[in-house]
Amino acid sequence: MAGASPIELALGPCLFNWSADRLLDFYKQIAAEAPVDRVYLGEVVCGKRMPYNDPVWPDAIAVLTSAGKEVVLSTLAQPVNKRERDILAQQAAYDMPIEINDMSMVPACRDRTFTAGPFLNIYNEASLGFLTNRGAVSWCPPVELPLASIQKIAALVPEVDVELFAFGRLPLALSSRCYHARAHGLRKDSCQFVCEKDPDGMDIATLDGTRFLAANGIQTLSDACHYSGLSSGQLKATGIRRLRLSPHSLGMVEVLTEFRTFLDGGIDAQELEARLTAMNLPGPLCNAYLSGDPGWKKTALPA
Amino acid sequence: MELVCPAGTPAALRAAADAGADAIYCGFADETNARNFPGLNFSPEELSVSVAYAHERGAKVLVAINTFAQAGSTDLWTKAVDNAAACGADAIIAADIAVLDHAATRHPDVRLHLSVQAAANTPEAIRFYTETFGVRRVVLPRVFSVNEIAALNREIDVETEVFVFGGLCVMTEGRCSLSSYATGKSPNLTGVCSPPDHVDYAEDETGRMKARLGGFTIDCFERGEPAGYPTLCKGRFSAMGHSGYLFEDPVSLNAFELLEELAKAGVTALKIEGRQRGKAYIASVVSAFRKAVDGLSGGADASAAISALKAMSEGGQQTTGSYRKTWR
Repeated sequence: MAGASPIELALGPCLFNWSADRLLDFYKQIAAEAPVDRVYLGEVVCGKRMPYNDPVWPDAIAVLTSAGKEVVLSTLAQPVNKRERDILAQQAAYDMPIEINDMSMVPACRDRTFTAGPFLNIYNEASLGFLTNRGAVSWCPPVELPLASIQKIAALVPEVDVELFAFGRLPLALSSRCYHARAHGLRKDSCQFVCEKDPDGMDIATLDGTRFLAANGIQTLSDACHYSGLSSGQLKATGIRRLRLSPHSLGMVEVLTEFRTFLDGGIDAQELEARLTAMNLPGPLCNAYLSGDPGWKKTALPA
Repeated sequence: MELVCPAGTPAALRAAADAGADAIYCGFADETNARNFPGLNFSPEELSVSVAYAHERGAKVLVAINTFAQAGSTDLWTKAVDNAAACGADAIIAADIAVLDHAATRHPDVRLHLSVQAAANTPEAIRFYTETFGVRRVVLPRVFSVNEIAALNREIDVETEVFVFGGLCVMTEGRCSLSSYATGKSPNLTGVCSPPDHVDYAEDETGRMKARLGGFTIDCFERGEPAGYPTLCKGRFSAMGHSGYLFEDPVSLNAFELLEELAKAGVTALKIEGRQRGKAYIASVVSAFRKAVDGLSGGADASAAISALKAMSEGGQQTTGSYRKTWR
């Protein structure tokens, strides 16, 4: 059971194409200032970005580790070519915690533990139990899975740490087609890395001007910014031990600080929402996936 | 190559068998399959009778139990596997580890096919499923070009099945929650995408018709223009000041021109999408593909059959999708 220990905070992997300099500055600041227990890093969305951001990781890992953060290497969600498959095989052998986001990684992780990431289709206790027998010690559920389901699974597989996606644009879909390239009249194979223009994703609106989605290369995210305003007591009752906050270009140190204050009882859910809303969010707040409703909606969750 | 055809009703199944399908796939009338639409699919009794009908005509029946079991209710999915086995199904098509594990453990003599919803797109992922659950065939996610399928087949020791005709998912199947973001229902959660009970059409002040899903305008049509169904990823949206089909045009897949290349790439089976289609559609698509595939192996001219297929798509617009690398 969750017990008396406080709910932890994790920073998810950066899903966007930030430059190497920006990434390193970001992680230095997180290491120095953010009240965060665990940091996931690594390229999750597009293997084409890897040659550019790979040089950053050793330094980022070093600075975060020496600041006392637990660093977890998050891995590619949709490996497609030999180069990407080879990278996954190498990563599985690294002597550091890893998160897997594709079933390709399960065989390579047979002799080690891992976090089952939100891109794996784990929707029930039997499939999580199966992965637990193969080394899963921590699990971040798919973003569309309602709290009621997470609670059932957490109760039936208590040996796994459950981490809830709790802040950021929702990662909704992957494709083999690059929508950034397509929107710029290009193709994935000659994309010119145009996704670097949009540090929070490219805004997509309906024809009548309603904000709707965001493109990030081969990934599609929500326009709205999901958040969980569940108190520490509610999270513990649901079997959740950690929250995952997904990096955006606004001040993530501030976001992490507000969540920490909220989880420690310093402010209530209403105040957390007010403070988040006052920040430069990538989109309006939403949270209704938690109650099993359309993800874009914002609902009053049971207090 | 084996021709695998859809059936949403016993009548469609009979039509597919009569039209020359080598195998027919279908599902139970509940959320255990990824075409969970009202009025579609089979009861266990209907499945038993249908299996007998198909077997008399030399066709196999593959039962899709290819959604992800709901937490705390996995019994519905394991019972569906038991029912499919009891009905004499020739194979079960599954995606969820929980469902695959149950089938492999309890029904080791029933063939297991890995659903496209599992999105197994590397030799490592495919080997995980074949070595762990004894999967005999993998339905490939629609992310590969034909050359990549050929290379993949050289690296794996399992049959592969590819989609050749019908609706085209633009996103990787099994890795898309767009529908639940707009409506609360999605393929992985409830076996539906862009569900009809969340669709409405509304005229705006200028007389244009808006096709909406969950209240979001997915497409807009001029007066008199036929208003299409608002499938989320096939809509028109705006980004960077431009409007258009941001994800994909309203096209459907037709890979008839690639049948020979797919055969050379080592593909075992060709899959036609469309369990929501009526029996007349099924009969004509299946017989056209039957002629095309037979023409391929026998060297006969299949061009008439192929032109017939061209006429059968949504709006007549077709694509070969990811099979051509330029699609990306």
